[in-house]
Amino acid sequence: MSSIYMARNPRVAARGLGGEMMIMSGRDSTLFTLNKTATILWQSADGETPLDEIVSRKICSEFDVDPKEALQDAESLARELASHEILQVSETPILQRHSGAEKSK
Amino acid sequence: MTEVVPFSLVIEIGGMPVRVNTTDAAFVGILQDRYAGFIGRSNRPEIEFDIEISSSHLANPDDDVRVTQHQGRWTLQRGDFRAEWEPANRRGRIRQTANPYSIDAVFRIVHTLVLARQGGFLLHSASAIRNGKAFLFAGVSEAGKTTISRLAPPDVTLLTDEISYVRKQSDGYVAYGTPFTGELAKLGENVSAPVSVLYLLSKGPENRIEPVEPADAARSLLANLLFFAEDEELVQATFHSAFEFVSRVPVRRLTFLPDSRVWELIG
Repeated sequence: MSSIYMARNPRVAARGLGGEMMIMSGRDSTLFTLNKTATILWQSADGETPLDEIVSRKICSEFDVDPKEALQDAESLARELASHEILQVSETPILQRHSGAEKSK
Repeated sequence: MTEVVPFSLVIEIGGMPVRVNTTDAAFVGILQDRYAGFIGRSNRPEIEFDIEISSSHLANPDDDVRVTQHQGRWTLQRGDFRAEWEPANRRGRIRQTANPYSIDAVFRIVHTLVLARQGGFLLHSASAIRNGKAFLFAGVSEAGKTTISRLAPPDVTLLTDEISYVRKQSDGYVAYGTPFTGELAKLGENVSAPVSVLYLLSKGPENRIEPVEPADAARSLLANLLFFAEDEELVQATFHSAFEFVSRVPVRRLTFLPDSRVWELIG
C-alpha cells in the first residue's frame, strides 16, 4: 500500500481547547472542529513522517482497529482535510518553512 | 477663485478619535445627529477621512461588503460606498451619498481592522454596565439582544443593543458604548467598564445561568464576531483573540423569560 505525507497548511490558525482542536481558514474564515482522528493527523503532520507510520504508532495503538482499514480511513480523512486546505498532502516528503499557527490551552 | 472650506467633525468610538472632512455642511449636520454623544474634541485623530459626497445614485447597500488590502492600502466596498484607507499615514477617503448608513458601515469595518491588531473586536451582542462592571449578551438575530436591553432596570447603563466594542487592555478587557444600534434604535452611552461576563443568550421557559465548556465558548464567540477582511493575518489574529478572551473572561449561557426578573441574576 502506498503512503502519503502530510503537512499543516501555514495559512490556517489552529487552537486546542478543552480537548478539541479548532482550525480556522485564513482564506475565508471557515471554522472547523476536528474529531480525535483528525486531530491526531493534524498534530502529526510534520511533512516527513509517512501516514502509515502515523497510523501504526498513534491510531492503531490508541483505537482497536484493523491496521489496513485504519490506514485507508486515515488517508481518506487526510485528503478530505486537504480539500479544505487544512493539510497539504503529497506522495513525497513536504519541506515546511513554517507550520500552521497553533497554540494550545 | 472661491476657496472651498471643508467642515470637520471628530467622531470618537471606543476611545478612538476619527476625523471626517467634507465640504457638505448638510452632511455634517446628519453626522452630528447620528453620532450625538460620540462627537469628540481631539486634535490628534487616529484616522482622518475625506468624504466625497456623490449626488449620483450609488448601488444597493444590501450588496456584499468587500474588504481587501494591497500594499498597505485597505479598500472597503459595498454597493453604496467605496472607501480607501492607509493606516501608515492615517488617512483615507470615502465616496458615498449623503446618508449616515454608509459611513456607519465604514466605521464598523475600520474599527474591526484596528481592533484585530490589538486583540479586541466588535461583537454581535448587547452590552451594559451595572455596578461598575460590563456584561455582554451575545446572540444571533432574535436571540434576545434587544429584549434584554429593553428590560434593563434604571441602574443599568446601556452600551449598545446590537454591536459591542471590546478592547483588550493589559489587565483584561473593556467594553465601550457604541452608536451602533439594533431594533431599539437608541444610541449607547459613551462610557466604558471592565468586562465581567459574556452571556450567550437564548429565550426559554425560565431564567437560568449555566456554565459553558471552553471550546463551546470559543465557538460561540467566533460565530458572533464581526469580521469583514479578506486577510489571512488578521483572520488568524482574530481567531487567537477569541481564544484569549474566553481564557480570561467567564462565559455563561443565559436563558431568559422576556421579563425584567432576568436582571435579578445579573450584576
